[in-house]
Amino acid sequence: MSLSYVVRRLLLAIPSLLGISVVLFTVLALAPGDPFGELMTNPNVPASVQLALRAQFGLDDPVYIRYFHWLFSMLHGDWGFSFASRMDVATLIMQRLVVTLAVLGSAQLLAVLVAIPIGILAAAKPYSLFDQVANTFAFIGFSLPTFFTGLLAILLFSITLDWLPFVFQSNLSQTGLAWWWAEFKQTIMPICVLGLFQGAALVRYVRSSVLDVIRLDYVTTARSKGIGERKVLMRHVVRNALIPVVTIVALQLPIVFGGAIVTEQIFRVPGIGSLLISSILTNDTPVVMGVTFVFAALVIIFNLIADLLYGLLDPRITYR
Amino acid sequence: MDERELRTLVGRVKQGRLSRRAFFGRMAAVGFTVPMAAQVLAIGGVSIAAAPLAHAAGKRGGSGELKLLWWQAPTLLNPHFATGTKDQDGSRVFYEPLANWSQEGELIAVLAEEIPSLENGGLAKDGLSVTWKIKKGVTFHDGQPLTADDLVFNWEYAKDPATAAVTSGSYINVKVAKVDDHTVKVSFDKPTPFWADAFVGVNGMIIPQHLFKDYAGAKSRDAPVNLKPVGTGPFKFKEFRPGDLVLGVINETYHVADQPHFDSVQMKGGGDAVSAARAVLQTGEFDFAWNLQVEDSVLTKLEASGKGKVQLSPGGNCEHIQINFTDPNKEVDGERSSIKTKHPSLQYMPVRQALALLIDRNGVQKYIYGRTARATANYVNGPDRYVSKNNQFEFDIEKAKAILDKDGWKPGADGIREKNGVKLSYVYQTSINSLRQKNQAIVKQACQKAGIAIEIKSVVASVYFSSDVANPDTYPHFYTDLQMYTTGPTQPDPQQWMRSYLTEEISQKSNKWQGRNITRWSSKEFDATWTAASTEIDPMKRTALLIKVNDLPVQDIAIIPELFRLGATAAANNLNARLSGWDSNCANLREWHRV
Repeated sequence: MSLSYVVRRLLLAIPSLLGISVVLFTVLALAPGDPFGELMTNPNVPASVQLALRAQFGLDDPVYIRYFHWLFSMLHGDWGFSFASRMDVATLIMQRLVVTLAVLGSAQLLAVLVAIPIGILAAAKPYSLFDQVANTFAFIGFSLPTFFTGLLAILLFSITLDWLPFVFQSNLSQTGLAWWWAEFKQTIMPICVLGLFQGAALVRYVRSSVLDVIRLDYVTTARSKGIGERKVLMRHVVRNALIPVVTIVALQLPIVFGGAIVTEQIFRVPGIGSLLISSILTNDTPVVMGVTFVFAALVIIFNLIADLLYGLLDPRITYR
Repeated sequence: MDERELRTLVGRVKQGRLSRRAFFGRMAAVGFTVPMAAQVLAIGGVSIAAAPLAHAAGKRGGSGELKLLWWQAPTLLNPHFATGTKDQDGSRVFYEPLANWSQEGELIAVLAEEIPSLENGGLAKDGLSVTWKIKKGVTFHDGQPLTADDLVFNWEYAKDPATAAVTSGSYINVKVAKVDDHTVKVSFDKPTPFWADAFVGVNGMIIPQHLFKDYAGAKSRDAPVNLKPVGTGPFKFKEFRPGDLVLGVINETYHVADQPHFDSVQMKGGGDAVSAARAVLQTGEFDFAWNLQVEDSVLTKLEASGKGKVQLSPGGNCEHIQINFTDPNKEVDGERSSIKTKHPSLQYMPVRQALALLIDRNGVQKYIYGRTARATANYVNGPDRYVSKNNQFEFDIEKAKAILDKDGWKPGADGIREKNGVKLSYVYQTSINSLRQKNQAIVKQACQKAGIAIEIKSVVASVYFSSDVANPDTYPHFYTDLQMYTTGPTQPDPQQWMRSYLTEEISQKSNKWQGRNITRWSSKEFDATWTAASTEIDPMKRTALLIKVNDLPVQDIAIIPELFRLGATAAANNLNARLSGWDSNCANLREWHRV
């Protein structure tokens, strides 16, 4: 692996991002509805206001002109402004990116922390009781969509038990330890809902990956040398088995973003997922473009990271 | 009681020969409610006493934090750019108009010294101007005083086409002139009976000249104060995250003694209506939730937890079924539902009569909307003074069948009635909304029994309620036979709203479907009555004209009014929140307090 490979991959990302932006823009332009629809139903707003706003925001230009406008300002680092809040899209996204990354990061961490030990233990004794139970829960976990488990969690922990709040507050008034406690209470549900969903799928990957390795001859050799079972598992099996898992964790991130959109909406977490939903509902094109662009960029970056990690972990693979 | 008698009575009250109490008594005897009678007095030139406060005056502050939950969060805080009630409500925390509208449709002075009337010389007798006196000693949050210059500036700002303010409708047709530092005169081109539009209610919030003067017109978007409001309101700006959160702290120098009672306010946004209701009624995490378009049975269930209750505020919203007078299936000059065509069956009165008889309004109200709506025969349902007493509704399938039989619409082999090859088979569209789909099903069932086939169509709300010229599924295109939605006047005066039946407003290709007359019903009598009402300054005559404006399309069955929908909100048990269906939910925030 070399630096030139990384540079080449980054350069290759440019046409992908361009392609993504063209498709997104066209789809948004073809989608019905417009940002000033609400003014329409108000008898006190003259029709001329809506026409003036459309003209002012350039909505009457042909799609390709609007696209090039957007692209050129994007190249200058200007993300445009939101039709709904008349605020710069970049500011709007920055306001919310931190929350999203914190929630997503914790969820993914939780997924890994839960999935790896369970997956390994399940594979160490395949078809044992533990394996069966773990499998059952894994199947339930990734078959139930987050919008369903989210609502169940709210019903149980917020309404029936009254332990946790279900409206996320971005302005907690507490300080110090109390702040951490309040933050923990309000983020535990979204993180668990998202993290356990991811973790469930990951358990299956870890288990099958460990099972693949555990049957290999070198493992048998290690065992026959009299190395303890525990050591065999940790040193010889897990190290090799985790190589594909690492890539899967990175490649799963797009799915995490998808789940985050739903979870943020349910728990009112002010992240970019909920920003995306509200912008789609109000046809706020610049914001939708901005957010999806951030998503696309993150996905491409994590794909690259996955590839690089793969090379790092498995010396047999080299990139030229 | 006719117009002359009313006049005599009002005259006697004015001269002090008849007490108000006795006047209200006489009015009640002939069926006028007290608020309505008060309004007759008011429009007859007798000032009304300031509406009493909802509570005994407490002290300023001390009630802690007020937590509001708006499931659609404000996205901007400049009242002149507010695209929906969420933005108007968010702005109203910080900005104020000269006067608010009360639940009864009366004016309450806020930044005005007093409400203009004929008596105090505020209203011109010819209806051509109104003079507002501004309260003295009011300051913006940055300490600058509020003066007549600010009002003149707001007028210039809003009417400038380059600003493209959504409030411009209230300002483009008036002229505002400064009389002295605390007096402005609003003049009209022609006699204007409904004078309380500019500077009043949701369109009347006043922004400071000194912060906005460099950002009028095309530069309006760049004003930093768009996102950091500086107003005269009970709360000062603290933080704003578009689409998520609005934070305000108490204004210690607020212009009303002892108000506001809360120390701070937060408006959280996002999520959906049901969970918003839940956060107030069931878990008590929040004090107040807005716009709960939720089935009443769900609200009742949540209310059973005992943490809060549902508050209903009647405005003028009417859920109604529109009848297409043109043919949606024939294309003429590139448009369907062209006014050059006539609907093959709905153009006939007996068919429309039968349809009106097949709408089970009581059933829809009882089983779907519950407390949040009332079955109605009228299009104009508020304020009380303009509600017609001339219309009734009934649900009678047999009667509908008899009318169709008599008119020669006989059931064919498939059970659908027809005459001369025209079948009574209609497409009935509305937006996607669980309440509306249930409503459609009830109508379809009754129509089937009477031999009318109904095909149900539901369009996503963001498409249906858009002005997309290219999309045939928007409500202004009305490319179906019947359609249903809610609309209402935003002020306690139906004049502007009733434009939607004027011939000149017919929605069609030539005006890019921007016209407000969606049914394409046209009546010379209506046009004349509406025009007469728009300049009639005699309040009694005008009331009679406006009632006729309601009756004409209703009695000709251009529309079938179905339900008078009330605004539903949820408030915690320990919150006293006064609301008005004619103004923003946040209009009276200064008075809200704990009980």
